[in-house]
Amino acid sequence: MYTELNSILNTTPDSFTKGEFILVSDRQSDASFLVHHFLSLYLRARCRVLFLGLVQSFNHYSAISQRMGVSLAQAKEKGQLVFLEGLNESLSVLIPQETDTGSQAMDFLRDPSVGLKSLYEFVRSSLSSTGEGREGADDTEEWGPPVVLVDDLTVLDFSHYCRATVCSQLQGNVVMLTRCDGEEEEEDEGDDEGPERLLKGLTHQCSLTLHVRGLPYWLLHFLRDVIEVQVEVRWRRRQADGQYTQNKLFQYKVHDKGASFFARGTSSAVL
Amino acid sequence: MAAPMSSVGKPSAERSPFNTTSFQKKTRSKLISIPGTRPSVQNGQLLVSTGVTSLDYLLGGGLAVGTVLLIEEDRYDSYSRMILKYFLAEGVVCRHELFVAAAQDNPDDILQELPAPILDDVAIPKPVEQPRLSVEPQDSLDAMKIAWRYQNLPKVQSALASSSRFGHYYDVSKTMEPEIRQAAKCHRFYLPEQPTHSSPTHSMRLESYSALLKSLQEVIHREGFDVAAPMSKSRNILRIGLHSLGSALWGDDLCCHDKPRNSRALTTFLYGLRALLRSSLSVAVVTLPSHLIQDRALMGSITRLCDNAIALESFKGSERETNPLYKDYHGLLYVRQVPHLNCLASKLPDHKDLAFKLKRKQFTVERLHLPPDLSETVSRVSRGELAAAATAASAASACGSGSSGNKHLDF
Repeated sequence: MYTELNSILNTTPDSFTKGEFILVSDRQSDASFLVHHFLSLYLRARCRVLFLGLVQSFNHYSAISQRMGVSLAQAKEKGQLVFLEGLNESLSVLIPQETDTGSQAMDFLRDPSVGLKSLYEFVRSSLSSTGEGREGADDTEEWGPPVVLVDDLTVLDFSHYCRATVCSQLQGNVVMLTRCDGEEEEEDEGDDEGPERLLKGLTHQCSLTLHVRGLPYWLLHFLRDVIEVQVEVRWRRRQADGQYTQNKLFQYKVHDKGASFFARGTSSAVL
Repeated sequence: MAAPMSSVGKPSAERSPFNTTSFQKKTRSKLISIPGTRPSVQNGQLLVSTGVTSLDYLLGGGLAVGTVLLIEEDRYDSYSRMILKYFLAEGVVCRHELFVAAAQDNPDDILQELPAPILDDVAIPKPVEQPRLSVEPQDSLDAMKIAWRYQNLPKVQSALASSSRFGHYYDVSKTMEPEIRQAAKCHRFYLPEQPTHSSPTHSMRLESYSALLKSLQEVIHREGFDVAAPMSKSRNILRIGLHSLGSALWGDDLCCHDKPRNSRALTTFLYGLRALLRSSLSVAVVTLPSHLIQDRALMGSITRLCDNAIALESFKGSERETNPLYKDYHGLLYVRQVPHLNCLASKLPDHKDLAFKLKRKQFTVERLHLPPDLSETVSRVSRGELAAAATAASAASACGSGSSGNKHLDF
């Protein structure tokens, strides 16, 4: 959890908007550090978190969270966190065994025509079951609204279902990371390849976008010790007088244990 | 990789980034139990050498165990193949096990072409020396004799190297002796020799890839590279070399069409490969003819499914071959991606213009920079001579008399 980002986004672990769909995307850069932010934020906010870790192992996330002061293993034990380790699950699907014990969640790898329904079913059942199971059991721990975090969604697009259930029914939040590459073409036509299209579609749905992009090469060359890249924050809020969007641009630097954000050109090293 | 680390017996509390202090020497020496590996200075990952010292340096000290290095081939696949061979040869020297898969050449042929190690450190396969922080001995050795007041200035050094020695050097002109080669245990996967199953084909998977994945998993399970395997005997590293994935010989049409039919086959395979490697003591190098792949979005997702990615661009056949700027080098090297494993900040190389050259005894990656034009006076003289020669020649043809001081056209 990066406190500076919290103040930019106007959230704290104690108070954050519910029912939000946050999209984290990047281009020629890496936005995965933001996923760690949201993971630790929601764990601290005592939300029930369902994490679909598709590209990295549990160890990776746990090691980083440890450094940021949150223990994933503990959260998992307490039932606060449900972690789907996509890498583990996928093996049993990709290499069929006689005794197929893998869960159904990664079924889309076996046959694309099945679609992502099974994964969605997994999400729904695990969210509702943890809720109900808790109520029946001795309720020592009371968890807040559910949160779904998806790491690198580039392969999937089941977000629509998720949003419908999680955001509207359960008043929870969804955080997704998607990545695309290549330059933004000036003449933006015919560029509707998979990831691009996905990004567009998701941007349409989401309520808060964090878009990380690389600095131009020459700038990167000079400033690499200072700044890494910039992040564009775009809110979209629905209010009584309709919908408006708000844009902000920040530059950031990732450290070992966190990240610092500043307005453009106001890094201490530049000034 | 975190998983392999824990299997070597490292307490989780030590995954702090401060492993560089000398206070932790004891645990570090316990970690060195697998020959040819060392912990990373940045994040404590277990690293192996690629066999190319400067490339190790670029990738943050070496390849982390449990990761994939993607090499985008140069146009003639000569240098990428060379790096693959270095990687395998390093495995032979460190007594790691190998797994070689290819569709084009027989893996045996690739193994026979491995470069010969330069022998002084092969005779005793001792564990690689640990990274030390002390730099005094070297300092005292090459203290400057003249201009001593400049001696605290950093040397301009284009070669990329870390302070400690990791990996070995190889003589490309010779091939490795069969005795050394056969000492290493090697598993082969040669696609044309594989029995063809007539299983129902899926659009997301290719039979060749799933056969390869299956055979990899078998080897990992059988030979006990699994992290979950009991710690009965001493652990070893499995080095996996996959040659020219995605080429047409694997039955893939990535390279042939604009809109490949089974475009997800390779990415699915790489996803499975990552899943396999993350839970085992193995490390893979994959080469890929990326210049044949039209689809940039696809290439991007392929890159992201590998952990490290570098691309080679050789000058061979391009006009850069004759460009005097590049005369010292054989090609350019781009670092496309470096992993961040168990840490937030990844360490990108501090320089982006990199070039490589292949000498007889060393493949080196260097910073590409314009050298100081030391030859300036020489070239000026020669240009002057040329001019003088031209005038002299014209003079000679005009009047038929020998010119005075010109040594080329002195009659």
